[in-house]
Amino acid sequence: MKTAVIVFPASNCDRDAAVALEKITGHKAQMIWHRDTEVPSDVDFVVIPGGFSYGDYRRSGAMAARSPIVKDIVTKAEKGLPVAGFCNGFQILTETGLLPGALMRNKGLKFVCRPEKLKITNGNSRFTSAYGSTANVTFPVAHHDGNYFADDATLNKLEKSGRVLFKYEDNPNGSARDIAGICNEAGNVFGMMPHPERAIDPLHGGTDGINLFKSIIESI
Amino acid sequence: MKAIVHIGLKPGVLDPQGRAIARSLSDLGFGEVSAARQGKVIELDLKEKDAGKAEERVKEMCEKLLANTVIESYRIDIEA
Repeated sequence: MKTAVIVFPASNCDRDAAVALEKITGHKAQMIWHRDTEVPSDVDFVVIPGGFSYGDYRRSGAMAARSPIVKDIVTKAEKGLPVAGFCNGFQILTETGLLPGALMRNKGLKFVCRPEKLKITNGNSRFTSAYGSTANVTFPVAHHDGNYFADDATLNKLEKSGRVLFKYEDNPNGSARDIAGICNEAGNVFGMMPHPERAIDPLHGGTDGINLFKSIIESI
Repeated sequence: MKAIVHIGLKPGVLDPQGRAIARSLSDLGFGEVSAARQGKVIELDLKEKDAGKAEERVKEMCEKLLANTVIESYRIDIEA
């Protein structure tokens, strides 16, 4: 089992993601620099981490989505490579078009940083299967641009096809229909604003994130 | 040749920053402001001499990077 974490200038959750992956797989994750042009072909799962890649210039995730390594991730994800983006990683995935919609400035205009209770709205996906009958999890959120937007037709399609995997219990950012995390049509690309990689150690306030990583790793 | 690109949220997309600006202006006594929308302006210096061709290229730039057309619309002004 080989995993990789992409590192951009101003990523700040890359090492959290690496620690989470090592804890769940037992193997060190490979750190891949954004100027690299290829994800090694033996990598089974890629995490695009949180942070403020390229200083959030123009829009959160806009520059990163056009970086050399992300071009290769898009090609490989379209062929089935599992990819997850958390926080800035979610913003980057929407900017690439791998996931629909966009993340806008929080409705309340403030940076929101707190533990957030989420509802698992589809427990049968490749990213949620290990949760079993668990209905709720708590992950930290820490973002300024987490207000999920998509047109009604897209939102209806997402909800009908079970592609909304998590919803906020107490919407912190104005996201449409309380959406916290979604996957692509094929189910191998997932993005969410909250941070499951920061919920893997009891000392950090909870371990609800572990099963998310377990789900995708077990599905490979 | 210069291209000035105006980028803003599409009509109908909630603009919380614009709303905060309108509220602050109203608090300052500018009661005539009923709404505000906030956007960005990007100035590009271009080597192109043909305005039509320049506009076509800048449109491509908007679609590929400068604007996120899921939520934003753009307007291009070409200056000789």
